[in-house]
Amino acid sequence: MIKFDNVNKRYESGQDALGRVSLEIGRAEMVFLTGHSGAGKSTLLKLLTAIERPTRGSIIVAGQNLNRLRNGQIPYYRRNLGIVFQNHQLLFDRSVFDNVALPLAVAGCSKREVGRRVRAALDKVGLLHKEKQNPIVLSGGEQQRVGIARAVVNKPALLVADEPTGNLDPKLSEEIMQLFRQFNAVGTTVLIASHDLELIARMRQRVLTLQQGQLIYDGYPSREPAY
Amino acid sequence: MNQRINPSSQPTPVAERQRAAGAVHARTSGGDRLRSWLDHHREMWRESWRRFFAAPMSSGMTALVIAIALALPAALQLGLTNFQRAVAGWDGQPQISVFLHKRAKESVVMDYADQLRADPLVAGVTYISPEQALAEFQQASGLGDALVGMESNPLPAVLLVRPAGSDSAALESLAARLRESALTDSVVLDMAWVQRLAQLTELGRRMSAGLAFLLALGVLLVVVNSIRLHIENRREEILVVKLVGATDAFVRRPFLYTGLVYGLVGGLIAWLLVSVGVWLLAGPVSGLANLYGSGFRLDGPGITYFLGLAGGAALLGLIGAWLAVARHISAIQPR
Ligand SMILES: Nc1ncnc2c1ncn2[C@@H]1O[C@H](COP(=O)(O)OP(=O)(O)OP(=O)(O)O)[C@@H](O)[C@H]1O
Ligand SMILES: [Mg+2]
Repeated sequence: MIKFDNVNKRYESGQDALGRVSLEIGRAEMVFLTGHSGAGKSTLLKLLTAIERPTRGSIIVAGQNLNRLRNGQIPYYRRNLGIVFQNHQLLFDRSVFDNVALPLAVAGCSKREVGRRVRAALDKVGLLHKEKQNPIVLSGGEQQRVGIARAVVNKPALLVADEPTGNLDPKLSEEIMQLFRQFNAVGTTVLIASHDLELIARMRQRVLTLQQGQLIYDGYPSREPAY
Repeated sequence: MNQRINPSSQPTPVAERQRAAGAVHARTSGGDRLRSWLDHHREMWRESWRRFFAAPMSSGMTALVIAIALALPAALQLGLTNFQRAVAGWDGQPQISVFLHKRAKESVVMDYADQLRADPLVAGVTYISPEQALAEFQQASGLGDALVGMESNPLPAVLLVRPAGSDSAALESLAARLRESALTDSVVLDMAWVQRLAQLTELGRRMSAGLAFLLALGVLLVVVNSIRLHIENRREEILVVKLVGATDAFVRRPFLYTGLVYGLVGGLIAWLLVSVGVWLLAGPVSGLANLYGSGFRLDGPGITYFLGLAGGAALLGLIGAWLAVARHISAIQPR
């Protein structure tokens, strides 16, 4: 599903955020990306979502080489992704329903189809009864769930999340992770960047660890007590 | 492309595979896409009006600035058109009045007139006898009674000569020849004011065109600036929709419609301003026309004028929005 081959990312500031990262993630896998602050987690996800382009190396997602993606093709590429980013939050000038409907509106879905799919997505995150509310009145955990509903509403093959539980308490974080697990269970490839090592350990999934832009660990920590 | 046009009612293996891949566009047929594209246009059109009236003060101000900038050259244009219509009754052709000696015999004058008619430089000659001249003068001046007491007619006979061309050198030489005749007392070449009038009209037209150009530029700047503010205010939204796969065209659309709405409303207000101005001036103008014995009435801004103004304004709004959007939207990218 995802293949990084010797990927290097140097920002214009001259900062090497990623250096020679190679990795492969299969279809329907669930993978956590961890590492200290500044290790390059967000950078890796930005490359994956075509927000940034690699300086060197190639990235292939679902058979598509991102290096060859023209700017005009990026929107169409992104329609196959679900993106949960902490800093790209909900729009408070419209209802929960309209927030979740955005990816469908952008892709030009018919009205009927939009209603059906938005309700299905909201139902999955348990917020169907709040569809008419403005997201500003929702709690942090609920807002994050709306963000997830928006990410999955177009049934993406790949779901990417950057710190999805960043400022949530442990119980809510656990709930959010269970949601991701459910989407993974129906065949969605899920990649989550997170600091929360405890939570990651409990999930018993594959973990990639970055340190100063290098991939220093790739494995299943729960099966390796040393970690 | 044909992979995308795939009726979802009949799931073929290919369609199933695409369903698994989860691409939204894979399941949206061409007809659906066209319909939703049209829907989006309609929605953005309505939305632009909603946004316009949601902030009536600021949008109203912008529209008013546009309106005033448009009303000025539009009013000038209308004024010029009316002015030209008012003077259209006055023959633009130059005319030479030849005042004859009082003692010239009528038969000799008639011979002379015939001789002139044969001249290739002359298009026509009208003879006005002293009696006719007197009658005309009495009627036009209202001084009939004052002249009744006079013993003899003080007015000379006149030949009105219409030259064949309007080339001023030819006219001068013709006038000189007329002046040389023994019958002639004096020659008046009354063309100067006609030329002056034509030149003034042309000057007015060019000035109004120049003014229109400058003010159109002003309108563009006003629209560009307002749209830039709109874009800035909706920055967050632009980032989010780009992240969920919005094309640039999709992001641009609401702002283009907003520019269009600004232009339309500005054009409408400009038309109202000009109409009110015409309405206010109509009374005095017809009074003035009556004093000059003319039936001239001010022509108001008609439907074609309205359509031209509104269409031009809408176009300016659209172009302004396009300039703003081209500059500012591509700069907003998710980071
Ligand atoms: N747009 C940018 N321009 C220049 N340097 C950047 C940019 N974004 C990130 N960096 C640098 O690249 C390095 C990796 O940043 P990145 O955001 O990927 O880290 P991270 O692992 O996500 O950290 P955190 O856990 O704090 O979110 C950091 O040193 C950062 O300063
Ligand atoms: Mg980060």
